[in-house]
Amino acid sequence: MSFKLETAVYPEKLKRVAIEPVSRVEGHGKVTILLDENDQVHQVRLHIVEFRGFEKFIQGRPYWEVPVMVQRLCGICPVSHHLAASKALDMIIGAKLTPTAEKLRRLMHAGQMLQSHALHFFHLSSPDLMFGFGSDAAQRNVVGIISAFPEVAKKGVLLRKYGQEVIRHTAGKRVHGTGSVPGGVNKSLTVDERDQLLKDIYQMVAWSREAVQIIRGLFEKNLEEYNAFGRFPANSMSLVRADGAMDLYHGGLRARDAAGKVIFDHHNYEHYWEVISEDVKPWSYMKFPFMKAFGPDDGWYRVGPLARVSNCDFIPTPLADKAREEFLAFDAGRAAGATLGYHWARMIEMLHAAETIKDLLHDEDILGTDLMAKGERVQRGVGVIEAPRGTLIHHYRVNEDDQVIRANLIVSTTHNNQPMNEAIRQVAKQYLNGKKLTEGLLNHIEVAIRCFDPCLSCATHALGQMPLEVSLIDAKGGCLDRMVKNQQAASLTD
Amino acid sequence: MDRKLKVATTSLAGCFGCHMSFLDIDERLLDLIQLIEFDRSPLTDIKHCGPCDLGIIEGGVCNAENVHVLREFRRNCKILIALGACAINGGLPAQRNQLDLRDILEEVYQTEPGLTHGGIPNDPELPLPLNKVHPIHEVVKIDYFLPGCPPPADAIWKFLTDLLAGRTPHLGHGLLHYD
Ligand code: SF4
Repeated sequence: MSFKLETAVYPEKLKRVAIEPVSRVEGHGKVTILLDENDQVHQVRLHIVEFRGFEKFIQGRPYWEVPVMVQRLCGICPVSHHLAASKALDMIIGAKLTPTAEKLRRLMHAGQMLQSHALHFFHLSSPDLMFGFGSDAAQRNVVGIISAFPEVAKKGVLLRKYGQEVIRHTAGKRVHGTGSVPGGVNKSLTVDERDQLLKDIYQMVAWSREAVQIIRGLFEKNLEEYNAFGRFPANSMSLVRADGAMDLYHGGLRARDAAGKVIFDHHNYEHYWEVISEDVKPWSYMKFPFMKAFGPDDGWYRVGPLARVSNCDFIPTPLADKAREEFLAFDAGRAAGATLGYHWARMIEMLHAAETIKDLLHDEDILGTDLMAKGERVQRGVGVIEAPRGTLIHHYRVNEDDQVIRANLIVSTTHNNQPMNEAIRQVAKQYLNGKKLTEGLLNHIEVAIRCFDPCLSCATHALGQMPLEVSLIDAKGGCLDRMVKNQQAASLTD
Repeated sequence: MDRKLKVATTSLAGCFGCHMSFLDIDERLLDLIQLIEFDRSPLTDIKHCGPCDLGIIEGGVCNAENVHVLREFRRNCKILIALGACAINGGLPAQRNQLDLRDILEEVYQTEPGLTHGGIPNDPELPLPLNKVHPIHEVVKIDYFLPGCPPPADAIWKFLTDLLAGRTPHLGHGLLHYD
């Protein structure tokens, strides 16, 4: 199978341009573009260049270590991994969570959604949106935003801070906490902590509403460009609650095609493999998931804010729901299909997260102290959650000695692999064809990638074969490590 | 100080959590940028490190590209610091050091039952992975080590403000920890 602009017919005859590393995203990626002598684009690829090997080295570890280990795949959304793993392990120990435990986890998750979306919008992407995609690279970063728009920047910094504080109060630490454990949580929320968070939450809701207006204003100002930029039709997938509401912590899988028709609905995620499979391509460590019903060519889909906001029937908090309706109606629904629509949907979700935090802080269960549950032990568990970047799947098998014997993860950004490649190919066609490539033009490619807020280090937990030979020489000139050409090639054939 | 301190940062085989902890200095960031200027960093679009006063490295080295970037930083930075457990001793990614690469590859890209077409990625655009993940001081000289997974924001702040004030950085009680 092959997609348009994925593979050039005679790559050796073309010149290569690389964007390396892709910046203002999390993790390690690069883009290569192959052009002919008339600067026509023949091939565009987003490569994920790193690996972890997590699924393999977690084997043999006691299952209770998993929620704390696995979050170290990603420092931007550690809570997502922490919770997805905990949910899978709840299933393995047969625990049905107490109301307090579930609400504390939901609170932690909403804090994470708030901080991650704020970080992505204000610290990473706003420079492209507020200065322009091709603006001066020296200014196009968070420092430029702080200097040019100090009020906006300050709100962004404080929104992120607030989300991080919610995480600290529920998980014990801002990055890589330990609050969630198989069967529940290990820390209750004190009255003091609750009151501290309550003090600022109304401000956070108000600022999140402003953020929705900022991105709406940008769409209004640049309507044609924003709607057309890197646009492509796609299926989408997300979790939804039993009544069709957006639910970022729990639900069933729903997928729609590009026209909005439902492909599957309320699919039990414990059997995700009935509907999803994955493909491997030689040029990326990141796999390519697709819906089995349509196969690899047509079955790929997007996940994350844009997919979730349009996939659900409503958002169960009033301000975000109203913002959703306005978004879906905007310009006869065209913004909701635009790649840059991801930013708008993300800010709607940030507002939803702020409202959710407010509601949970007013819920009396949140101060409860009944934190742990137990049940009948089984061997297999699947945990799925909507992480800031999309659907996150954790799947474990644990033996009688409580050791993990198998693990499979499909992380959010991996689902968006084909959509990201599709978006940059569209942008290459729209902006690069026949042009002398400047830094500003090349940034357009990165702008398209940033829409998805990819977390590239999450997405790469395995490693590949390299057709090279390299020695690693230490500071004193001794040989530290060595990788021999085609070392793994043998393993493919033996 | 007459001119701003030039600072470059990068994440090698790390999870970005150390960079997050840096941003956890919160609104102090607004003051800090009056005193420092970012060169290459995941926060800017500068793709290669120029001459800098300070280089901050998160993560150990797991592939040839990491080694290349680390050496670029050492060449250009007067002071180089290893930020966090991964840079200091390999951290979580180094858990794979006890395993054979071949096994990991096969399991993840070939025999994993969810796959439709298996195959190990081997394009020349992908950097060569090392057999083991190494701490960065095994490859270049490191001037300071800030422990923690991640080091707390206050420790990063103390370190930077000491340096900016011309003091020898010193992390007092409560800032030096390893979790
Ligand atoms: S030390 Fe911890 S926080 Fe820092 S990169 Fe490594 S795993 Fe992430």
